[in-house]
Amino acid sequence: MPAVRGDGMRGLAVFISDIRNCKSKEAEIKRINKELANIRSKFRGDKTLDGYQKKKYVCKLLFIFLLGHDIDFGHMEAVNLLSSNKYSEKQIGYLFISVLISANNELMKLIIQSIKNDLSSRNPIHVNLALQCIANIGSREMAETFGSEIPKLLVSGDTIDVVKQSAALCLLRLLRTLSDIIPSGEWTSRIVHLLNDQHMGVVTSAVNLIDALVKKNPDEYKGCISLAVSRLSRIVTASYTDLQDYTYYFVPAPWLSMKLLRLLQNYPPPEDPGVRGRLIECLETILNKAQEPPKSKKVQHSNAKNAVLFEAISLIIHMDSEPNLLVRACNQLGQFLQHRETNLRYLALESMCLLATSEFSHEAVKKHQETVVTALKTERDVSVRQRAVDLLYAMCDKTNAEEIVGEMLNYLETADYSIREEMVMKVAILAEKYASDYTWYVDVILNLIRIAGDYVSEEVWYRVIQIVINREDVQGYAAKTVFESLQAPACHENMVKVAGYILGEFGNLIAGDQRSSPFVQFNLLHSKYHLCAAQTRALLLTTYVKFVNLFPEIRVDIQNILKSNSNVRNSEVELQQRSMEYLQLSQIASSDVLATVLEEMPPFPERESSILAILKKKKPGMSEGVTGPLKENKHPAAVINNTGVSYTKNSENAPSLAVSADLLGISSSLHQPTINSAPPASSNNTSTNLLVDVFGETTSPTAGGAKSAIGDGIIVKNEESLKKFICKHNGILFENDLLQIGIKSEYRQNLCQMGLFYGNKTNFQFLSFTPSISSPNNLSTKLNIQVKPVDTVVEAGAQVHQILNVECIEDFTDLPLLTIQFIYCNVQQKLTLRLPLTINKFSEPTVMNSESFFTRWKNLNNPTQEAQKIFKATYPMDSEAVKAKLIGFGIQLLTGIDPNPENYVCAGIIHTRTLQVGCLIRLEPNTQAQMYRLTIRSSKDTVSKELCKLLHELF
Amino acid sequence: MLQFMLLFSRQGKLRLQKWYVAHPDKQKKKITRELITTILARKPKMCSFLEWKDLKIVYKRYASLYFCCAIDQDDNELLTLEIIHRYVELLDKYFGSVCELDIIFNFEKAYFILDELLLGGEIQETSKKNVLKAIAAQDLLQEEETPQGFFEDHGLG
Repeated sequence: MPAVRGDGMRGLAVFISDIRNCKSKEAEIKRINKELANIRSKFRGDKTLDGYQKKKYVCKLLFIFLLGHDIDFGHMEAVNLLSSNKYSEKQIGYLFISVLISANNELMKLIIQSIKNDLSSRNPIHVNLALQCIANIGSREMAETFGSEIPKLLVSGDTIDVVKQSAALCLLRLLRTLSDIIPSGEWTSRIVHLLNDQHMGVVTSAVNLIDALVKKNPDEYKGCISLAVSRLSRIVTASYTDLQDYTYYFVPAPWLSMKLLRLLQNYPPPEDPGVRGRLIECLETILNKAQEPPKSKKVQHSNAKNAVLFEAISLIIHMDSEPNLLVRACNQLGQFLQHRETNLRYLALESMCLLATSEFSHEAVKKHQETVVTALKTERDVSVRQRAVDLLYAMCDKTNAEEIVGEMLNYLETADYSIREEMVMKVAILAEKYASDYTWYVDVILNLIRIAGDYVSEEVWYRVIQIVINREDVQGYAAKTVFESLQAPACHENMVKVAGYILGEFGNLIAGDQRSSPFVQFNLLHSKYHLCAAQTRALLLTTYVKFVNLFPEIRVDIQNILKSNSNVRNSEVELQQRSMEYLQLSQIASSDVLATVLEEMPPFPERESSILAILKKKKPGMSEGVTGPLKENKHPAAVINNTGVSYTKNSENAPSLAVSADLLGISSSLHQPTINSAPPASSNNTSTNLLVDVFGETTSPTAGGAKSAIGDGIIVKNEESLKKFICKHNGILFENDLLQIGIKSEYRQNLCQMGLFYGNKTNFQFLSFTPSISSPNNLSTKLNIQVKPVDTVVEAGAQVHQILNVECIEDFTDLPLLTIQFIYCNVQQKLTLRLPLTINKFSEPTVMNSESFFTRWKNLNNPTQEAQKIFKATYPMDSEAVKAKLIGFGIQLLTGIDPNPENYVCAGIIHTRTLQVGCLIRLEPNTQAQMYRLTIRSSKDTVSKELCKLLHELF
Repeated sequence: MLQFMLLFSRQGKLRLQKWYVAHPDKQKKKITRELITTILARKPKMCSFLEWKDLKIVYKRYASLYFCCAIDQDDNELLTLEIIHRYVELLDKYFGSVCELDIIFNFEKAYFILDELLLGGEIQETSKKNVLKAIAAQDLLQEEETPQGFFEDHGLG
């Protein structure tokens, strides 16, 4: 038994030894049960236990718990220990509680009381114990109780450093539990200034907290940028002796450096040229240091140094504005690709994926293609190979697609099972995206099926069929190729499906060749029939009936198959039904009818590749065009289109498609009969007024809701004027006695140019006039906003014009904030407004006929793709006003689509850089109940939701 | 942030677990089991990082013990390795060339040291000297208390 440190509980040590000496699991359990019974009787016994005994037993329980047994008593004794005046007893009490007590335990009230006492103790060690306990449990109740106390402790001048450290992290933990305890106002600058603290430990703790606060409210904490940069600059220029014990294996303060670099990734590159210059210097220094010979051979030295380097590279990628640094970063990572440390190779591959998405470094990354391919082939660790696949995918473009796809296909033959499915999808996406010649694309996909048929998901083979159907130039080639593939002795079932479908549509294109005559095609397909699953057979039956139309000469052979017992009496109802129906069709229908019913499939509507959507879902962040931090994309919308499935019986019936009143899948008669009390007619908004608002170029001078006086840093509630801007591009955003702000904007696809007009209404100059735009939450990764600077002086009565260029990267919900600061008569003025940049602004109206509307509507059948709201009318239900608003919203009003003429049906496409989202909208008014029902379907769930939210407020 | 830290032996026995996010016990056990199996199956010289669910796992073996941390996607893997190393250094300094047995018999101390190094899943103090100072101060407080248990354990109480 080894020596026991500290106060040593002998009884505990004996017990642990006993357990270790147990020869079998049963013996161990027996010993534990004996001990549990003993402790239970002690706790229940008449004799009162002293603190030491309680501590010892509680500790034993803890040990038993750590062995994996459940503990259902002793909690009260542990709580008792908290109020002991002996530190060692208190400490064990707290340990038991943090390990074993869940947040909703009934003893929580008592625990919180003990924590309160210890927090106010004069002994900092006791205070820290309490803080650690709060941080370990971090329940909501604790957040509510201590949320206001801890900030005080954090910034108070009386608090000693170690307590400050714990307080900062404790507050961070509570913030994660309950975000509305964020200290603001006066706390902000005091917390930010912890970055300047003399004690490195305090800064290290505080920077974690500040990072979290910045994420919640970037604007308020903007002051941290320059402080973080100067702190970082002091660290990177320090020699390793300067920071004493905060130097880790000759690297000065690696943790703090890493956190500061991370903190700066919450903001765009610093605007202030001085700060920006210093930051770039820091980054250069870090890159330079990477080239210096190591100061130690220990792996700890290189790990710490490279950790900082990788974080610096992340920041360089995030800033995406310094081509020189980006290329240097890329070269550095290139060196790591061949490093002997596996860890570094892994991280270099990972980091380079991000570099590949920047236009400045994409070319530099491509230089390493050969090394990455080698990594894919030779790395011994599958997780490293996985990274290599990701990087090849990221660096692929038109120039190297054939090579990269070729290498990936080669590798696929021997690839680990765990990454095959994902590789298949990646290959399929790359082949489609960069195909200049679609015969190549068809070859790649068929190769995929040949090499890794089991891993080719439905989406992949649906997609190749969609593309073949939509591209006439490749149909003959596809038919020829699938026919050849079918001749291989072993043929994957997915190949049979693709071949069946394609020959059914385009078999006639190769029928001229005797080697692939109709009869040969049919026989070849049918030779696979009995080896296939029911679903594939069903598909083949459809192919056969299509052959009846394409090749009348083999009709009898097909009819024989259809009426064979194994089909018409098949135990699968689907097969039975198809055989019967197809047989009847081939016997009864005239050739004209056959030709119509079995006509070639019409082109599929163009849409985002459904494979891409699956991949995004599986591997968030690894999909194309994602430039922001990976986190933002964590839960992308699932856009799963079941296209291709319609190639069953429905496709034959398509021409006779009866438009029933309820094709949309929602019954139009259902108008929430339970809510029948008509709302009071909203008389203050006449429909004529609305029309003026919707169409008017110039509006009433004062936008509503913005009448509050400008004080220091107010956030102006401009909700009313925002609502108006949903349907129009130009107008007055804000006006008060000093200032008027007008907006004129133009939209084209995913781009917007917005002109802001600031009018000085007073007889005095505005000085230091600085409007700035900020993006709350992660909006900056979704909207790329570039602002042209303006003159800092606005003369009396003058107007200043500022241009904003906005690019929509992906769909978003937050609005950018416009903060205007200026000095008027020596008084600092500040106001913050929300800019009316809503997702519908990037919508373009789309015209379509009713058939394609319904096809699309039906294809968007995933429940998450639909958003619906039933709501009371706020404005008079005037049809012209409604139409005007819908048109102003940026969507096409489609007439003659809905069987009910009262309903409005619209379509539009939202343009973002990464994808285009088609949106279908249906608005059903119920004038009697003064209600509307709004249904929106789009290929992206977040878009449906947001459009629904925006639109429903307008009616 | 660090989501949790596990210490387990080459035989797959869990020696220490610290959770910075709340999970029901059942799930903790499941996660622990899965990770121990995954990591023990890996060969030496393999990468110390792996993707697991939506987390990143960073692990390293010291003698017979594996130290394993789960971190968020945007956390720094290399410095997580060094957090592990710093913890090992602290244990080593405190126990004097630490071995698995020290951690088994003094698990509570191992917890106390960890609480000084990490709090709420974030690094609190990177200076070895300062952490050891804090632990020494705790020990001092204990020694000032009367060792009454000493007598009881020897049958004198």
